[in-house]
Amino acid sequence: MSQRRIVIDPVTRIEGHARISLFLDENGQVRDARLHVTQFRAFEKLCEGRPFTEMPSLMARICGICPVSHLIASAKACDQILGTRIPPAAVQLRRVLNLAQLVQSHALNFFHLSAPDLLLGMDGDPARRNLFGLIESHPQMARDGIRLRQFGQQIIERLAGKRIHPAWVVAGGVSEPMTAEARDAILAGIPEAMTIVQRTLGWFKNAMDNFREEAAAFANFPTFFLGLVGPDGELEHYDGRIRVVDAAGRVVADNLPPERYRDYIGEAVEPDSYLKSPYYKPEGYPDGIYRVGPLARLNLADRCGTHAADQEWAEFRQLERGAVLSSFYYHYARLIEILYALERIEQILQDQQILSRHVRAHATANHPEGIGVAEAPRGTLIHHYRVDEAGVIQWANLIIATGHNNLAMNRGILQAARRFVHGDRLSEGALNRVEAVIRAFDPCLSCSTHAAGRMPLIVELRGPEGELLDEVKRAG
Amino acid sequence: MNAGIKTLKIDGRDVSARADQTILEVARENGIFVPSLCYLEGLSPVGACRLCLVEVKGASRLLPSCVTRVEEGMEVTTRSERLERYRRMILELLFSERNHICSVCVSNGHCELQSLAEKLLLTHVHFPYRYPRLPVDASHPRFVADHNRCILCTRCVRVCDEIEGAHTWDVMGRGIEARVITDLNQPWGDSESCTSCGKCVHVCPTGALSEKGRSVAEMAKRRQFLPYLTMMRTQR
Repeated sequence: MSQRRIVIDPVTRIEGHARISLFLDENGQVRDARLHVTQFRAFEKLCEGRPFTEMPSLMARICGICPVSHLIASAKACDQILGTRIPPAAVQLRRVLNLAQLVQSHALNFFHLSAPDLLLGMDGDPARRNLFGLIESHPQMARDGIRLRQFGQQIIERLAGKRIHPAWVVAGGVSEPMTAEARDAILAGIPEAMTIVQRTLGWFKNAMDNFREEAAAFANFPTFFLGLVGPDGELEHYDGRIRVVDAAGRVVADNLPPERYRDYIGEAVEPDSYLKSPYYKPEGYPDGIYRVGPLARLNLADRCGTHAADQEWAEFRQLERGAVLSSFYYHYARLIEILYALERIEQILQDQQILSRHVRAHATANHPEGIGVAEAPRGTLIHHYRVDEAGVIQWANLIIATGHNNLAMNRGILQAARRFVHGDRLSEGALNRVEAVIRAFDPCLSCSTHAAGRMPLIVELRGPEGELLDEVKRAG
Repeated sequence: MNAGIKTLKIDGRDVSARADQTILEVARENGIFVPSLCYLEGLSPVGACRLCLVEVKGASRLLPSCVTRVEEGMEVTTRSERLERYRRMILELLFSERNHICSVCVSNGHCELQSLAEKLLLTHVHFPYRYPRLPVDASHPRFVADHNRCILCTRCVRVCDEIEGAHTWDVMGRGIEARVITDLNQPWGDSESCTSCGKCVHVCPTGALSEKGRSVAEMAKRRQFLPYLTMMRTQR
């Protein structure tokens, strides 16, 4: 017995289904690690033959956590098929919806999924290391998380009619203008939400010292970072152009038109996962490994563009000289982005134009192709459709935020496993740290394979001949 | 027109009716709910969907109330366990036959099939779904025909023939292969007989016929025009 394999199956407290395999060498040291995404849904195929106007709602069904992100990217692709410039109020309303989605999704990851590790300890009792344990031991934090997520969801409901899978975002804009009551209700909730996120940021910055080891070994390595930035290099989630920076924080490509993503993003397929592995084309595969999402966005931007978030951003960027490399800091970045989103929503809603009744452009299919790109909570989301002359979908390609991070997640698991797993048995704490790396990325595997379900985790420990040495399973 | 008055009992209630009326018309006049999908006031009844079946005392089988004339002394039952079981079964068969995906349908929330299923407390479809591969005809500049959502009620065929007088729509094939077609099974956009009046779209009970560009749940149908049109053409 010279080489062995550990399997973690299923991975818990993430969205979707996955399994992790750790391969050990003769000396019981981790030689390789793989994340297998074990679900398959084929949304790109099943939308063929449907009218393109159905796409935003159809594609939103990919996910119940971030249906809004899919709505936005899909509607932007449909706008291109129409060939219209949508009314300015519609742009701003979609922007608010997208930011509200960011607030609720980031709050879900930080408070519900990751806070149990951060507050109850990576080695804590797994039976209590969950939201319910958190409610018992840190009721204020648990309440804050639930409240913040509720605020984000209520904005979505007030704008779009319902929290999950609203049909409000349509090709050409949005279907209904915003009411003054909805605007006032949202604005009234902002101060409380700001207090919560600032309190949590304060706590996180104080607690960071306790997680030095995790910060050092949680997918902490040089990669490129990719995402949208605004026209002046500010943080941007709805429009903008693609920027790529390297590990030193240097801009290696800027102003890339999002519609031409295929020029600079390649998609590799690995035989052991349904999740594709996108890479930055000029560097080839797999050297073109890059990360997207909150960490990437804060590394890419020259500033946030809102007052309080800018101060936090400046402090965040002090963590390292170039780009902030440890994926542990995704958590930190998420909190700063929530702060930014709240400030930005407030700014947008204070403009009287937001109540304009002209929120939809009408046209038929004028162009055979449309590409919509937006920043989802987890990173850059790309929807690409082709239609026939009647506007019926002939072909679709999606690149989902989690997909971009696939290479980095794999390498991150390997790094954490090398640091925390020793021998052919899995300690509970080691297992949880390997999972926590994945959680830091906040993957949505339902989205990225366009697949459904909870995310249980399985870890397998396998020997050199592929024999199973140890296996740990957790229900989702 | 026979103007004689008949008296009968519906669900134990004494009602009176003109001799040329159907059980369904009389029931609805008296506020008694009888489900239906193919029937539409203003169009000739065809008795196709079988949802309006009722029990008539003395009759050995169930009768479709939309095409059964009232008779003196008739005793009609519109609600019974057997009728409800059959009606639910008919709906289940309709759902299993094609691809009725309410959540992403243009008529979600405005669909007669969907609202009947709710009203008749349909919770599950016990038959295996057929998932047929059916086309969407989006060739018409203003309208879309999605055969996945069609229940073959033929309201479109009748309104086009009887009210618009164009007879663009018809049915081809038999049984489970049957499909509504425009002209001689040409793309709707190429139809020479279609006047683009849109009546078919608005009488369609589901999302099978819709206005182009409508997004999910946006296709609410307006049917108020139909009784007026019929009245103006027949009773002026």
